[in-house]
Amino acid sequence: MPVPAEVAPARTNGSAARDDVLDRELAGLDALELATVRRRSRWARLWAATWPKLAAVALGLAIWQVVVWSGWKRESLLPGPQAVFSELWASIQDGTLPEATARTMDLAVRGYLLSVLLGTIVGALVARNRILRSAVGSLITGIQTMPSVAWVPWAILLFGLSDGAIFFVIVLGTVPAVANGLITGTDQIPPVLLRAGRVLGARGWRSLRYVVLPASLPGFVGGLKQGWAFAWRSLMAGEIIVTVAGEPKLGFLLQNNRTLRDSAGVMAVMLVILGIGILVDALVFANLERLVARRWGLTGPAN
Amino acid sequence: MTTSTAEAAVTLDGVSKVYGGGRSAVAALDRIDLAVAPGELVCVVGASGCGKTTLLNLIAGLDEPTAGRLEVAGRPALMFQEAALFPWLTVAGNVDVALKLRRVPRAERRARVDELLATVRLSDFARRRPHELSGGMRQRVAMARAFAQDADVLLMDEPFGALDAMTRDVLHDELERLWRARGLTVVFVTHNVREAARLADRIVVLTSRPGTVSATVPVPIDRPRRIESPEVSDLAGEVTGLLRQEVRRHAGAR
Repeated sequence: MPVPAEVAPARTNGSAARDDVLDRELAGLDALELATVRRRSRWARLWAATWPKLAAVALGLAIWQVVVWSGWKRESLLPGPQAVFSELWASIQDGTLPEATARTMDLAVRGYLLSVLLGTIVGALVARNRILRSAVGSLITGIQTMPSVAWVPWAILLFGLSDGAIFFVIVLGTVPAVANGLITGTDQIPPVLLRAGRVLGARGWRSLRYVVLPASLPGFVGGLKQGWAFAWRSLMAGEIIVTVAGEPKLGFLLQNNRTLRDSAGVMAVMLVILGIGILVDALVFANLERLVARRWGLTGPAN
Repeated sequence: MTTSTAEAAVTLDGVSKVYGGGRSAVAALDRIDLAVAPGELVCVVGASGCGKTTLLNLIAGLDEPTAGRLEVAGRPALMFQEAALFPWLTVAGNVDVALKLRRVPRAERRARVDELLATVRLSDFARRRPHELSGGMRQRVAMARAFAQDADVLLMDEPFGALDAMTRDVLHDELERLWRARGLTVVFVTHNVREAARLADRIVVLTSRPGTVSATVPVPIDRPRRIESPEVSDLAGEVTGLLRQEVRRHAGAR
């Protein structure tokens, strides 16, 4: 855009002329100051995001195979990738793995959703109320530091060897993470936004709806993501200990294969557990976080 | 320039603000008297700690005076040093939310948002988000949002302090144009004396700790003004002299 070579125009008293000059200056400043955003093509971005993960998987497999070849443990104890994958395929084909996975996921999703509901309520109450916050806030964080597996014996005493015990462990592990996410989210709201809201007339519940809730969303989403990680871990800890033979879940398969000294089987189930954890995190939560961060303008221009 | 309190847009009569109590009480403002006529542009200048922001918070209704009488025509709009736009909304959304909070019906809102964005010359950027804009543009959106409140009184707390000189200069012209066009009453707080001399009908000088009105300097310079003109410079010099006198007083008082 060529810059016209002109001296500063004489400021006449005619306001129309002044307005034109001012408009030009504003438009010029806007054009100069706007950052130009270069977006790579969709495929380029997809590849850039994907290839490091593929490389990591390849690297993992390579290291695994090398360890097996080194003979550190007998191959019956530490089978290589090929043996494990064929075992994995076999148990998919005969239906044991899909069934167990479905039961595990059912428990995971129900436990997680209930925890999100409870965690949001607890978080909302604590965030708003200063007395509750000092009393309950550190209690929540304290509960969160408890390793999930340590809850299991008590859960068994309370609920017997049942799904209820596992549910209990999931909820205890996940609720603090979700609640803390909401609390942190509201704490990190820049105070000037709240003032701006008040000046516009947003007080009380309207402030909550128009300012506080949207502003706290990034922190809350972080809590949801962390909550899922806790839920999955708690679930596994519960399933491994609370083994109910009739309707096997993944944890039961793990233990069962161990009892049968089926190393390939154990490792196959481990791969499934790892895979589900990674997939849910990458497909659901990473995208959710990215979406929120982009909308809220928290990322740099590199996207 | 005296204004009878009956017609003033903003009246402060012996307003004081004290924080805390007993021995640890801090007087931010002490017996401020100020009357701003409708359509006047008053600049409040002072060194740090003079309670300029507290003064605006009181006028805006964000806080209550501990003594004295404060009267404002309507609910004022307030602009801060940072635009304080909601990052999860677009430019248009930010202006729209101000109308939503005033319960303006949806059909009317669309047209009003377009009109307000056109006023600040940002119609092309309606769908952008605040983080994509420069500081000056964000402040213009904040201006549009403030105008959306349809207030007669506009309070501004060093709104151009974080901007570069060129943008500031252009926005001074812009503010002056909008102030005239909309017949607003403006109370503009700044520590930049030149800016005050460029913009104000009169300048109110506040002392520090506690804040009191130490002087009121009328600015009889014809508009349109230029910040580098000799009249503006001279007046700025005069006010700066008063401020430095005030600062020296504090050294003696220790």
